[in-house]
Amino acid sequence: MAISVPSIAEPPDLLVVDDIEVVYDGAILAVSGISLKVADGAIVALLGANGAGKSTTLKAVSGIVQADRARISRGCIHFDGRDVTGLAPNLLAHQGVVHVLEGRHVFPQLSVEDNLRSGGFLRKLGRREMNAALERIYAWLPRLKVKRQTAAGLTSGGEQQMLALGRALMTGPRLVLLDEPSMGLAPILVEEIFGIISHLNASENIGFVVAEQNVNVALRHAHYGYVIENGRVVDEGPAQRLAEQENIHHYYLGGTVA
Amino acid sequence: MNFFLETLIGGLLAGTMYSLVAIGFVLIYKASGVFNFAQGAMLLFAALNCVSLQEAGLPFPAAVLASVSIMIVLALAIERAVLRPLVGRSQITLFMATLGLSFIIEGLAQGLMGAEVRALDLGIEDVPITIGDIMVSQFDLFAAATAGILVLVLALLFNKTRIGVSLRAVADDTRAALSIGINLNRIWQIVWAVAGIVGLVAGLLWGARQGVQFALSLVVLKALPVLIIGGFTSIGGAIAGGLIVGAAENLAEVYAGPLLGGGITPWFAYFLALAFLYVRPAGLFGERAIERV
Repeated sequence: MAISVPSIAEPPDLLVVDDIEVVYDGAILAVSGISLKVADGAIVALLGANGAGKSTTLKAVSGIVQADRARISRGCIHFDGRDVTGLAPNLLAHQGVVHVLEGRHVFPQLSVEDNLRSGGFLRKLGRREMNAALERIYAWLPRLKVKRQTAAGLTSGGEQQMLALGRALMTGPRLVLLDEPSMGLAPILVEEIFGIISHLNASENIGFVVAEQNVNVALRHAHYGYVIENGRVVDEGPAQRLAEQENIHHYYLGGTVA
Repeated sequence: MNFFLETLIGGLLAGTMYSLVAIGFVLIYKASGVFNFAQGAMLLFAALNCVSLQEAGLPFPAAVLASVSIMIVLALAIERAVLRPLVGRSQITLFMATLGLSFIIEGLAQGLMGAEVRALDLGIEDVPITIGDIMVSQFDLFAAATAGILVLVLALLFNKTRIGVSLRAVADDTRAALSIGINLNRIWQIVWAVAGIVGLVAGLLWGARQGVQFALSLVVLKALPVLIIGGFTSIGGAIAGGLIVGAAENLAEVYAGPLLGGGITPWFAYFLALAFLYVRPAGLFGERAIERV
C-alpha cells in the first residue's frame, strides 16, 4: 500500500482518516475517498442523507466493517498518531475508541446494570472501582439508575440509547463514535442526549464523532461538521458556518446542491 | 398407578442424560450461532481419553482431570484452526465445517485409542432401589444428580462472573460486544472448552451405561429432538426438552408400544419433535427475542 501519510505530525488531531475506500463483499463500494480529522476533545458531526456513507465511515474507523464482511480497500486511519487501519474493534476499544452502533445495540437479555458493567470489563476494574464507575454513569444518566435491574430489552428507546452511550463510556474512551443517536426518539429526548454529549465533552474532554440526519441539533452541539454524499465528503467547515448555510438542508433531505 | 409413576420417573431420569448432551449444543449455539455437529464426536473423544488413561494406570480422578485438560486444548485448537478463519461466513459453511470436524475427531480418537468397546465403571451399580413403593434405578439417580450439579455450576458461571456476562453479551449482540472491547476469540475458546467438559461428563455417564465405543458419537441424534422441543438457545430448554423426551419415550414404549408392535423408542422422540415444529418452531424456551419497537 503506497499511501502518503498525511499531516499526522500535528499533535492536536486525535483521529485522522485519510482517503479511505470501503468495499462490501468485495464488490459494492460504500465509501470512496473520505478524509476527515477530529481534534482532541472536539465534537464532529457527520451529516448526510440515509445511505450517504456516514455509518460505513464510522464502522471503518472502529473496525466493525470486518464483522460486516467489508474491508478498507484504500487509505488509512490514524488514532493518536498510530496506524489503526484494519485493527479489530475490540483492540481499538482498548486504545480508547468506542463505537455506539446505529439502532441502540444494547444486550437485551442482560440487565441495565450488567450492560453497563460489560463496558467496564476491558479496564479490568476491581469491584470497588467498578461500582464507582457505575455511580459516575448514573450521575450523568440518572434515568438508568431507576432501571438498573430491568432487562435492557424492556426499556424504552430513549433509555436504550442512553444505555448504549453509558456502556460505551464505561470503557473509559477518548473518542466516542456515535451513530444516529436521535433515531426514532422524541425531540425532547434528542435534546437531552445531545446535552449529555456536550456536557461530557466539556467536563471529561471526551471527543465525539456523531453521524446524524438531524442537522439542526447536530450542528448546534458540534464544533465542526462534514457533509457526506454518495460516499464522499462534499462540504466541511465549522459547525456555525455550516448551520448558517442555506443549502445545508438539501443534504438532509437527500436533495442535490444547486 | 405405581407402575405409571415408575415409568414416568424412570423416563424423566433417563431424560437428564439427553439434557446433558443437549446442553453442549446450546452453549456453542448461543455464543457463536453454530450448530456444532461435532459435539457427539467431542463426547466420544473425551470419554475415550478418560478410559484410555485409566487403562494406562491413572486413578480415575486423575484421568478425569487429564481429560478436562485435553478438552481445553482441543477447544483452543478448534477455535484457532476452524472458527477464526471462517468468522463471518454463513451458518451453513460453519455447520459443514463442524460436520467435517466430527469425522476428523472420531477418526483421530479411534486411530489413537482403538475402536473396540471399552467398559467404564463409575462405581455405581445399575440396580434399582426402592423409594416408598416405587423402584428407581440408582444409576439414573446418580446421572440426574450429576446433571443437576453441572447445570447449577453453569448457571453460576453465566450469571455471576464477568466471563459469563461477556458470554451472554456475545450471544445477545456480537457486534456491540466487539465494540466495547470483548474479545470474541477468547469467548469462543471458553465456550468450546466448557462444551467439551460438558461432553466429557455426558460421555462418561453414557459410556458407563452402554460402553465407550463409536456409537457414543451417535447420541447427537438423540439431542436433536431435545433441542427442537426445548429450543436451541436455552439451557433451561435443553433440560426441559430432555425430560419431556425421556418421559414421553418411556410412557409411549410401555403404553402405546404393544399396540404398534413395540420398538417405539428409537423414533418416538422425532415424532414428538415434528409435532413441536408445527406449533412452536422456536421450541419451548427458544429465543423469545425481547424487542420493543
